[in-house]
Amino acid sequence: MDFSQITFSAALPEYILASLSLVLVLVAAFSANQEHHMKGVRSLSLIGYALAFGAIFFVPEGRHVLFNGLFEVGVLGYYMKGLVLIGAFFASWLVSDGWGEGVDRPEYHVLIVLAVLGMMVMISANDLLSLYMGLELQSLPLYVVAAMRTGSLKSSEAGLKYFLLGALSSGLLLYGASLIYGYTGTTNIDLIAASLSEGNVSAGVTIGMVFLLSGLAFKISAAPFHMWTPDVYEGAPTPVTALFAIVPKVAAMGLLLNLCYDAFGDISMQWSQIFIALSVASMIVGATGAIMQQNIKRMMAYSSIAHMGYALAGFAAASEAGFASVIIYMTTYLFMGAGAFAIIMTMRRDSIPVEKISDLAGMSSTHPLLAAGMMIIMFSMAGIPPMAGFFGKWYVFLAAVNAGLIPLAVIGVLTSVIGAFYYLRIIKLMYFEEAEAPLDKGMERNNRLVLVISLGVIVLFFMGISRMNEAASLIALSAFG
Amino acid sequence: MLSSWPLLSVIIFLPLIGVLFLMLIRGDQQVVAANSRQVALWVSSFAFLLSLFLFWGFDPVASGYQFEEKAEWIAGSGITYHLGIDGISMPFILLSTFLTPLAILASWQAITHRVREYMIAFLVLEVMMVGMFASLDMLMFYLFFEGVLIPMFLIIGVWGGAERVYAAFKFFLFTLLGSVLMLVCMLYMYHVVGTTNIVDLTSYDFLPAIQFWLFLGFFASFAVKVPMWPVHTWLPDAHVQAPTAGSMILAGVLLKMGGYGFLRFSLPMFPDASAYFAPYIFGLSVIAVIYTSLVALAQSDMKKLIAYSSVAHMGFVTIGIFSLNEQGIAGAMFQMISHGLVSAALFFCVGVVYDRLHTRDIGAYGGVVDAMPRYASFFMFMMLASVGLPGTSGFVGEMLVLVGAWQASYWVAIFAATGLVLGACYMLWLYRRVIFGRAEKPEIQELAPLNNREYLIFVPLTILVLWFGVYPSTLLDIMQGAVIDLLEVSGVGTATQTALR
Repeated sequence: MDFSQITFSAALPEYILASLSLVLVLVAAFSANQEHHMKGVRSLSLIGYALAFGAIFFVPEGRHVLFNGLFEVGVLGYYMKGLVLIGAFFASWLVSDGWGEGVDRPEYHVLIVLAVLGMMVMISANDLLSLYMGLELQSLPLYVVAAMRTGSLKSSEAGLKYFLLGALSSGLLLYGASLIYGYTGTTNIDLIAASLSEGNVSAGVTIGMVFLLSGLAFKISAAPFHMWTPDVYEGAPTPVTALFAIVPKVAAMGLLLNLCYDAFGDISMQWSQIFIALSVASMIVGATGAIMQQNIKRMMAYSSIAHMGYALAGFAAASEAGFASVIIYMTTYLFMGAGAFAIIMTMRRDSIPVEKISDLAGMSSTHPLLAAGMMIIMFSMAGIPPMAGFFGKWYVFLAAVNAGLIPLAVIGVLTSVIGAFYYLRIIKLMYFEEAEAPLDKGMERNNRLVLVISLGVIVLFFMGISRMNEAASLIALSAFG
Repeated sequence: MLSSWPLLSVIIFLPLIGVLFLMLIRGDQQVVAANSRQVALWVSSFAFLLSLFLFWGFDPVASGYQFEEKAEWIAGSGITYHLGIDGISMPFILLSTFLTPLAILASWQAITHRVREYMIAFLVLEVMMVGMFASLDMLMFYLFFEGVLIPMFLIIGVWGGAERVYAAFKFFLFTLLGSVLMLVCMLYMYHVVGTTNIVDLTSYDFLPAIQFWLFLGFFASFAVKVPMWPVHTWLPDAHVQAPTAGSMILAGVLLKMGGYGFLRFSLPMFPDASAYFAPYIFGLSVIAVIYTSLVALAQSDMKKLIAYSSVAHMGFVTIGIFSLNEQGIAGAMFQMISHGLVSAALFFCVGVVYDRLHTRDIGAYGGVVDAMPRYASFFMFMMLASVGLPGTSGFVGEMLVLVGAWQASYWVAIFAATGLVLGACYMLWLYRRVIFGRAEKPEIQELAPLNNREYLIFVPLTILVLWFGVYPSTLLDIMQGAVIDLLEVSGVGTATQTALR
């Protein structure tokens, strides 16, 4: 195998994470004092994410295909990997020391590092095989961490449900991949694209693509493949929920962007229809499902389903503007999720974590700053300007309107009004009602920092929107050019 | 020297500096509350003083926009940071900066808990209001237009009355529902024209069939804001539950956003659709004028009565705007400014007695004139201005609207004039029940007379209402050029004439 310099530097972030995971396994295995080593392992994993993030800047510019066509790097990859690493950093950082819930073990961080490695491979996949490999490397550790709260029935249920449905979706994906292989004779994404552009578009390829996309729709919890989301969000330990909410969806979106625009770029008519259906269903399910929720983690699950619906509206546009809008949307989504979970993970009463929405009542008088932060995040999620969430929606719907999908945009904005209702409900609880039993004071420094960073991005997004738009357009251009 | 200053930006964002100060105040609750009031009052008063420079520096003869500022915002996308005012937006900016310090004064004693947050909400609200009127970029306009919802939602919800949660939600969701439909239309217009510059969009000719849909989308938003019948139902709830100052700003400025939107977007950008829909809007407005006047007659809550009267008065505004002639539009503009002053004063009238007796029920009052004669005279003056007594600003606006409406359709003018009679009925009746009669209850005999702070609010409002009533040219001269431009440049005037023939 040709192990030249470029092969080395192009996959540098992945090498760092892979070696890190091996080191961490050793550290975890030889740890005598669990809690002490948990901290060590966590710090090491944080350093690893930071190093991997830094390594992205050493990846050679331009598009490179390595490892016999299995692995590619390009601007989309740089950006999405950067986002994933930021998200993973936040999610691991948020694990508070006294949290418990089964995630205070060194294995937790080892598993997360492996999952992040899987996500990086997914984003860089240039072959259906490496795609599947990355996806499974991501999924298997996540199944485990979802069930990590030992002794909790809900957590076990979450893990099992996630695993079973995840396995089903992997099956769908593999079946789709096999059909595509059968009809195009290759699993390489570039070659599939070449085959399709030669006019080799048959029903088999289309059906294969439908299966493939269905499998991936499960990963981003787009309705009607969303059933697992509320249960897993609720049952999993809260740090894991935070991770689920922030990171895997960004990675899966990166994969989808690469797959749809690269491999299936010539049959965008076909997949655009799928995404229209997924988008409408997700927006409606997300907006209406959240209204009745009492548990804030379940509510966040429906909220994320709705957000995926909006991001998919950008997909449905199947255009350069749509491509860029998905990138912008996922960026805002990541910071809103991180900020929201920084607050949710601070919700404790008498040192016991609470997760009912009604526990937020009266927070504005007991925790004024925290309540103000939550309010800003909620308004942003509802898409009220001038917060970041509005700009995400603006670009997504702009792409939809540009592509002539005006009904989709209308449905989107109408569901966002329904969605506004439940975001407002949280603000109502915090500001319009008095606390019966106030939550504990104090917030860990890590959580506070994540919150401040996220709020900064959300509130000041309108200043950076020019750069953001430029960067997203450049990435989109490179994918089309 | 002054012309080189980015005066509009300074006025818009000055209150944010006040917000910063407010956040930095430390100390116990009393100190924070007292300092917050002072900071908010001085900052907003200073913003008002600065906005007077707009008034002095404004050239009513020049056409186009003045005090223009343009800067790059989103590179290469046709979306810019673009501010400017003309004769249509300038009076509204002054109205906003004028009413904000008065509203803060009005809540001086009424608001006792979370004063700091309250003042922050008001200053942010001022940023949004002024920003909206000064925006010459559609995306900026939308940012400010929607941004208003955030502070207002909190003002109603946190410092409102017993049913405040319901009212705040209704206000927010109604307005948002209208706005998002406008957003889709904006996206489409941006897609077609490639810029969000309002000046460029105004000169672009949309196809009539497309104008039809775009008009409807914008109408959904502005009609809720105005509010027009039948989407006015959020207004009585919001007004009744909001604190006095909230009602003052809501009636004084926020309702005008709808009318301003019609003048800035609907008429000049969709002239054909405006002419096409004018008869329907007349229908809705006439219903609004007569129906809500009748509803107002039946109210036993003072604030609710004035809220319904606002809907009726705004019905006049929409009649004036869609009569699509100079008198009608100038009248509508004048009526909006006048209503901004008068309804704010009327809501404050209610607030004055509410602060003393803690009830808005008309039946609980009667004979207030004995204890508070000066209050009674201010109330009478504002009540008569609301009815449209000659010599007050209310008369000029209603008169011009009726003249304009007569040219468009005399049936509309006749029905609208009926509304004037009904308006006199409910206002005079309200006044009789609250102010006159025998003061039987001891607590009414013991009502404290107006204090200096309350004079400080009433006197400027009274002077302005009287001044605009006696010498309306102050305002009309400013507006005239812009109104004629609106009618001629966009061709909406000629479109109507053909449609009417």
